Amino acid sequence: MSHRPATGTGRQTLADRLPAFLFPRLSPIALTGVFIAIFLIGFLIFPVLQVIHVAFQNPATGALTLQNFGDFFATALFRESFVNSFYVSAMSVVVATVIALPLAYITTRFNFGGSALIQSLGFIPLIMPPFVGAVAMQLIFGRNGTINLLLRQHLGFTIPFMEGLNGVILVQSIHYFPFILINLSASLRNIDRSMEEAAQNLGAHGLRLFRRVVFPLATPGYVAGAALVFIKVFDDLGTPLLLNVNNMLAPQAYLRITSVGISDPMGYVISVILVAFSILSLWASFLVMRGKDYATVQKGGGGLAKRDLAPREKVLAYGVVLFILAVVLSPHIGLFLLSIGTIWSFAPLPDGYTLANYARMWEASQDYVVNTILYAGLAATLDVLIGTAIAYIVLRTGIAGRKWLDYLATAALAVPGVVLGIGYLRTFQDVNVPFLDKPLASWWVIIALALTIRRLPYALRACMAALQQVSLALEEAAESLGATKLRSIRKIVVPLMTGGILAGFVTSFATAAVELSATIMLVSSDRDSPLAYGIYLFMQTPSGRGAGAALGMLAVVIVALGTVLSQIIIERDKKLRTAGREH
Amino acid sequence: MHSEMAGIEIRDLHLSFGSTNVLTGVNLTIEPGEFFAFLGPSGSGKSTLLRSIAGFGPRPQGEIRIGGRPVADLPPWKRDVGMVFQSYALWPHMSVRENVAFGLRERKVASAEIRRRVDEALELVGLAHLADRMPNQLSGGQQQRIALARTVVIAPKVLLLDEPLSNLDASLRVQMRRELLALQRKLGLTTIFVTHDQEEANTTADRMAVLDGGVIQQVGTPQQLYDTPVNLFVAQFLGTANILEGTVEADPGGARFRTRTGDTLSLPSSAGRTGTRMVLRPQNITLRREAGANALSGQILHREFLGSQIRYLVQAGGAEIVVDQSHSAGQDWFEPGTAVHLSANTDSAVLL
Repeated sequence: MSHRPATGTGRQTLADRLPAFLFPRLSPIALTGVFIAIFLIGFLIFPVLQVIHVAFQNPATGALTLQNFGDFFATALFRESFVNSFYVSAMSVVVATVIALPLAYITTRFNFGGSALIQSLGFIPLIMPPFVGAVAMQLIFGRNGTINLLLRQHLGFTIPFMEGLNGVILVQSIHYFPFILINLSASLRNIDRSMEEAAQNLGAHGLRLFRRVVFPLATPGYVAGAALVFIKVFDDLGTPLLLNVNNMLAPQAYLRITSVGISDPMGYVISVILVAFSILSLWASFLVMRGKDYATVQKGGGGLAKRDLAPREKVLAYGVVLFILAVVLSPHIGLFLLSIGTIWSFAPLPDGYTLANYARMWEASQDYVVNTILYAGLAATLDVLIGTAIAYIVLRTGIAGRKWLDYLATAALAVPGVVLGIGYLRTFQDVNVPFLDKPLASWWVIIALALTIRRLPYALRACMAALQQVSLALEEAAESLGATKLRSIRKIVVPLMTGGILAGFVTSFATAAVELSATIMLVSSDRDSPLAYGIYLFMQTPSGRGAGAALGMLAVVIVALGTVLSQIIIERDKKLRTAGREH
Repeated sequence: MHSEMAGIEIRDLHLSFGSTNVLTGVNLTIEPGEFFAFLGPSGSGKSTLLRSIAGFGPRPQGEIRIGGRPVADLPPWKRDVGMVFQSYALWPHMSVRENVAFGLRERKVASAEIRRRVDEALELVGLAHLADRMPNQLSGGQQQRIALARTVVIAPKVLLLDEPLSNLDASLRVQMRRELLALQRKLGLTTIFVTHDQEEANTTADRMAVLDGGVIQQVGTPQQLYDTPVNLFVAQFLGTANILEGTVEADPGGARFRTRTGDTLSLPSSAGRTGTRMVLRPQNITLRREAGANALSGQILHREFLGSQIRYLVQAGGAEIVVDQSHSAGQDWFEPGTAVHLSANTDSAVLL
């Protein structure tokens, strides 16, 4: 720090008198970085390393061993779970691609009135936690669901949409296809028109043009989206659990820990496998994308040339879009019907309609809602604070090792919720909270911390993006006019980042509010339960499904409002910026 | 790689985007084997006209014939027109060889033949050694040559170049335009070159068309356009032009031009001179301190030293006139504020 008080005055602080190795002279910013690093190591790295360590440990003697992995692969159920998880993830990518590819192609290639519809449709699935949709999907696509009842009645056959793994694949791909849609559309829009025209000029057209030039140029976006879908599905606990599909890896880990106990090594072995696959698929997608920055849009270029649809093509395009829209919206429609239905069983639609479910939900769920606001609020606040600090340290300072803060925080992406939950249980079981005399692992704060870690990578990206918009010159101008580093951060940088930070906060809040996989491991009493766990509890009994659906609707509304709000903030911020630039 | 030379005929071409007319009444004949330039400021419609020939963008009204064949209703991939894009548009996921081979593959040429012709094309642009590189490993000039090779390898009937030099730095631009011209002469390809840079057009084109506001203003050789512009736009777009306003009056010796300030310049005896504006090029005016016949009086406003020349801005004849005087060491300068007399070589003056 350049503004240290002059030492010539003879006044010495305590720190000055202590030996330098005890109290190294760190600027406040560097000190913040150190605290964040300690926090991340304590609540992310250490618990995960602990999990990995236990997986390689003999449960009786504590010696290092590969025996646990041997046992894992020697057990038929685990081998089956492994294959199933892999199969479900891969098939979800395939089905999600089948949904996303036509939508991305239609919106980017044609002047199509439904494009706006598709763009918003892309976000609709994401505003519903997948496990919430799962129950509603049973009622529509299940063996005795709406579709199959109608099929049996009129055509005499049924389709096993929701049988076993099919159900997980269907629910997951409907939920996660937007990741492919968004990334693929962005990639397609980044292809310069001349890329396509050059190919046409040399004789290519139609499907061949798409296959040889257009799609290869969009592969980076497609691969990024597909890898994300694969990881999310591979790690997800809530959906298989709610669909009662237990022969997959994440549910097995959860069941072993909750039924056999915290010392059973199988849960840890599964965790290691989950983490390894997450890292592997991230790495594979990185390899595929390396050296392929195909964004070719030139200054003033506007992406692929769009053309008008012929009337017949238009009918076809609307048909495809509306069909996909119907499928994608089915969980929402089903959930809504369930929440206002009296009894819905063996019938295409509920027997009658009522608001009683909402009344019941409201009486029983106030704790859930309060808890959710507390946990998600705390997590989102911590996320943007840490995110802003890391963004500043990484982008604007030369502090040694600053990149590692980014890597540490982003590493949370590769850690499934179940794994983090198991790690916390194992690590903080023996850590007592002062004054409360109970383990940290069963204190409600641990849930908020887990959510903080889980959402941090996303909040960090938002903060980084916000900071990159603030020109360094603005900060330097403040400093040259006499503001100290900290004051110019507080007075100039942070206010200008507000839009981005706020958007990050809202997204973190909304998604943390409906997170289940880490929470489900860490909830120690019903009184501490958040909303997502409440829905899970309701859905366990047939009589609770109506109220569970009502609570699910509440969750959907919260996430939807959050998404809309963050979009509004981002848009307003963008306008402010462009307005500022015109002066 | 040699194809029959084909001429291009454009008859009464109109094109509008919504309510704005981008091309209006374009008529043009380009001879087989000619190196032709479309010159104009941005927004003049020159690129749109080029893209219409290649078949991109909405179908214009009117007729386009290449080698006598009407092409306006054909899609781009059936026109046999080679186009080199401003951004080069090399596909980043294909190697140089794959890029160049693309058009031949689309034409289902046998693979041995493809190999031979790709090698030949790369040889032609002097980059045979880079065949296995990826486009992002090439410099701008190399990418330009590969784009050219990729286009000429299919032996198109005509070659269209859309601002091909605008992404290169100044020295490379001069070198590339010579290479382009040499290549065009060697292949004998009918070529259209779009540019906003008059120097590029002047140095390469056999003939050129100056466009403004979607309308062809004038067609001719570079020299014709510079020396005898048909309107103010062409006069001012090609080089620097001083415009004096005034009237032509009869004179015992023939005719003279009277400026708004009353000065007169006698016109050469060549008959039929009419007009209200006289176009004078800066290098055709001489500055003197002493008064003389056939001269305008004026005052130096500003002076710029350009090396080989000194450029003066002079208030005279009711306008601010640019005068270029060649410079050699020891020569004295006119200071701003000095009263001077401008004598003009009216033989070369154009009346509009």
